[in-house]
Amino acid sequence: MSWLGRSATETQIPHRSRLWLYLITGLVLAFLVLPTLVVIPMSFSASQYLEFPPREWSFRWYESYFQSDKWMQATATSLKAASLTALLATPLGTMAAYGLFQSRLRFTSLAMPLLLTPIITPVVLVGIGVFYAYVRLKLVNTLVGIVLAHSMLALPLVVLVVTSALKSYDMNQETAARSLGASRLRAFLLVTLPQIRFAIMTAAVLSFLTSFDEVVIALFVSGGDNSTLTRNMFNALRDQIDPTIAAISTVMILVSSLLLALSQILGRERR
Amino acid sequence: MSALNADELRRDAFRERLALFGLTLPALVLVTITMILPIAWLFSLSLLADDGSISLENYRRLVEQPSYGRIFATTFEISAAATAICVLLGYPLAYLLSQLSPRVANLLMIGVLLPFWTSILVRTYAWLVLLQRHGLVNTWGIELGLWDEPLPLVYNPGGTLLGMVHIMLPFLILPLYGSMRAIDRNYLKAAANLGAGPIRAFWQVFFPLSLPGLLAGSTIVFILCLGFYITPAMLGGGKVIMVANRVANDVELFFNWGAASALGVVLLVATMIVLAVASRLTPLGRIFGGHGP
Repeated sequence: MSWLGRSATETQIPHRSRLWLYLITGLVLAFLVLPTLVVIPMSFSASQYLEFPPREWSFRWYESYFQSDKWMQATATSLKAASLTALLATPLGTMAAYGLFQSRLRFTSLAMPLLLTPIITPVVLVGIGVFYAYVRLKLVNTLVGIVLAHSMLALPLVVLVVTSALKSYDMNQETAARSLGASRLRAFLLVTLPQIRFAIMTAAVLSFLTSFDEVVIALFVSGGDNSTLTRNMFNALRDQIDPTIAAISTVMILVSSLLLALSQILGRERR
Repeated sequence: MSALNADELRRDAFRERLALFGLTLPALVLVTITMILPIAWLFSLSLLADDGSISLENYRRLVEQPSYGRIFATTFEISAAATAICVLLGYPLAYLLSQLSPRVANLLMIGVLLPFWTSILVRTYAWLVLLQRHGLVNTWGIELGLWDEPLPLVYNPGGTLLGMVHIMLPFLILPLYGSMRAIDRNYLKAAANLGAGPIRAFWQVFFPLSLPGLLAGSTIVFILCLGFYITPAMLGGGKVIMVANRVANDVELFFNWGAASALGVVLLVATMIVLAVASRLTPLGRIFGGHGP
């Protein structure tokens, strides 16, 4: 155990004197990760009560999820909404980030906070506001309505991720391409875009997740055949604790983990 | 001749900048249609009395009915408590991670990012499963003989607070970790060199340098807590009513759009004030910079 005596920091604290710090960090990480993972083994229980560890194992709650028309329809709606949100928010946010970054006009300093307001506006306020507007626009319970509202929520994330990529990119390369005769669009597509593509892909993944996980706006503006998965889960939880939710949660944890892994791999390639 | 050209060039440059700014328009239109206009609409609704005349009646009711005062007090108390606990738990973790090699730190960071990327609904559901009357914690506690009767761990302020801290912690850690990584370690070497012990070097050198990141992280946590809906709704069991829950109830149960709008406007203004105060102390870019991985 000689490493205990070795110094750990610039100020020469030996590992031995900061074991408490390692302990706290370990406990906080456990607090962050473990509670959610408990759902996974429970979802394979054969009993209709949630048990940990399950006394008998089965796939019955997965069957009840995958064989239910209602859940499958909601899943399809959520996947459609999330994909369309990524397809809409990513180009819109990228264009906005590029425009704001390049134009440097006085009023652009006003546009940026406006684009970021969805992050800080209480989402319940957006929910009832959008519902009120959609009633008049006849967009309640439509896929278009959900996608528009979710894209607005995802927009600031795209703008932030792409702007930070543009900041670390040398814009002179685009200027060089244009001085050699390329149009601005061509220069962007052939020179800039390939170099910020990982940021754009990350932004698309984030937009997808923003929509897929969103509950509050979906509670107000989705319904009927266009109910999202999270809306149905939230409503099911109000009544009873149905183990089917544990199975769905496990699937959702799997999706998030895969997307996180994807983004980590993208990030590594960027470096 | 040359003056004319300079003018022409300047005008040309301005036109190009304007065209570039035009790229922002689709995004601005989307935000305007789905957020600015609806909220402006709500604002105008909040100024209408029940009979349709313009009045401040909805706001007067907010002040006069003690139940609204209690809801605001609850909201601020829970948000402040959640922010404080996040700071106490998140600071040591970010501090240690910022000292490890980037490879190890990135690996441990997955433990922060995984919950950050997992649906809030799923995470809150997990807490419900753990804390309910016949949940995991109560079952284990009784089996181990720590307590005899199931404890009321959820559907109360404590359970709500626990769930909120769990959701918000990554929002604190990410900006804080980023700003700690950026601190030049040579300052600490210099402090040690000048005779400061480790504790003094930490409090007089490292801690002040980490304050902007800490402030940015706690601001975003506090603001997000103020408007939090899902976790209080699921873990509060109707007993913990925060502003956002009351706004939703006013619309869904009582169809009282005027009251809901007035409450929502006050919540938004409170959020803006918190943000304005924070932006005097730390650049706003920092507050938003920590968002996302």
